[in-house]
Amino acid sequence: MTRKKRRLTLIGLGMLLLSAATALVLTAFQDNLVFFYSPSDLQTKPLAADQRFRLGGMVEDGSVVRDGQTIRFTVTDYAATTPVVFSGILPDLFREGQGVVTEGRLNSEGVFQATEVLAKHDENYMPPEVSDALERTGKMPNTMRMPESTSNTGS
Amino acid sequence: MASYFDMGGYAGYVWPSYAVTAIVLVALFVATWRGLKNRERTLETLLATRGPRRRRAARQEAPAPEAVNTASTTEETSR
Amino acid sequence: MHRFANPNRFLKLANAILPWSNGVLVVSLLAGLALALVWSPGDYQQGDTVRIMYVHVPAAWMGMFAYVAMAVASAVALIWKHPLADLAGRATAPVGAAFTFVCLVTGALWGKPMWGTWWVWDARLTSMLILLFLYFGYMALHNAFDDPQRGAKAAAVLALVGVVNVPIIKFSVDWWNTLHQPASVVRMDGPAVDPSMLWPLLVMGLAFKAFYVSVVLLRIKAEIADAKIRALRMSEIHG
Repeated sequence: MTRKKRRLTLIGLGMLLLSAATALVLTAFQDNLVFFYSPSDLQTKPLAADQRFRLGGMVEDGSVVRDGQTIRFTVTDYAATTPVVFSGILPDLFREGQGVVTEGRLNSEGVFQATEVLAKHDENYMPPEVSDALERTGKMPNTMRMPESTSNTGS
Repeated sequence: MASYFDMGGYAGYVWPSYAVTAIVLVALFVATWRGLKNRERTLETLLATRGPRRRRAARQEAPAPEAVNTASTTEETSR
Repeated sequence: MHRFANPNRFLKLANAILPWSNGVLVVSLLAGLALALVWSPGDYQQGDTVRIMYVHVPAAWMGMFAYVAMAVASAVALIWKHPLADLAGRATAPVGAAFTFVCLVTGALWGKPMWGTWWVWDARLTSMLILLFLYFGYMALHNAFDDPQRGAKAAAVLALVGVVNVPIIKFSVDWWNTLHQPASVVRMDGPAVDPSMLWPLLVMGLAFKAFYVSVVLLRIKAEIADAKIRALRMSEIHG
């Protein structure tokens, strides 16, 4: 075996081991790498009472109720839902039917008391005319269906 | 026109994004260009001080890059 | 392979490519900026902030591409000991770091109005920040040793170790819950970006690529000139 071949094998082997180790570490820390929990996660993973965490999902259509500074809405992952209450400034992209990530605590009644609300958008980009046309023909992918009342805020 | 520059109320985010991009990339290009020209000038003066005969030889046979090559091959055989 | 390891042959090749890459850069940059800032619509959700995408996304692509290029150059330098491969890696690092920095800053400027925050520690943003630190580490290691050969070797090993971060950046949005949305362009079902926005993005991507080619070639030329200067000074001392 020449020196070059030996170095090639050595580096190849090293890269293989490194990838395997990285894959193992990432799998082991899976839970810590998750930025937020979904409403379904809350049912399967009981969290300690009063623990701060992030809850993410879609803002359920028709669930947003504004009461002065306080805003109530429901976060859904289409399998489970969690009611959220928040008072403060919402990001511009906060809409019904759009993604949201909130941070706070669950209270004893199972209502999530959010202290921060971030908007999460999807991977679709299009001009308003195209989204209107898709909406009319019912071809809008369901993750980005948008409520009629707020359809113009973005443009 | 004013409404164009307003970017639908997001002027404070859109324009700085383009400004940062322009500043970083132009600065990198200028630094790269200057670095190259400085070194080429230094190389010229170095070659010029070595006399016309050796200078021509240096250009044709390019001893410097070979020196780099030999440096690495000697390192190779020394192991 | 060895043909291109000869610096003089490489210089000839670089000088032949440079007018073309510069030309593509100027044309695609002008066209890309016109498309991005004038001849493209606002997004149905994000309005005019979508225009940030036309610098943010190409910067992210090139930040990752440059890292892969640097890792390949490092592997060639370690295995075949081509002096030119080491120079290529050295020339790429600052360019990749600049692109990654631009990506992070424009991302913050886009995140604030849309998400409601400049920064979050989700998997995508964090792995992109790690990419920037890997570039810094590579550049620092290169200059950390008195013996340049040792510095080059240490930096090349770091570049290879860090390359595992590139697929993590790409797939972070699929593997974990992140605030950052999933891929819009390079994905299984084809781009989820309307053609009116995809074109400005691709033309800007071409401009960034041409910028990368031009700047890296100029930097390699500078590195070769540097090596010649060092060799000449050495021969003067010893000769």
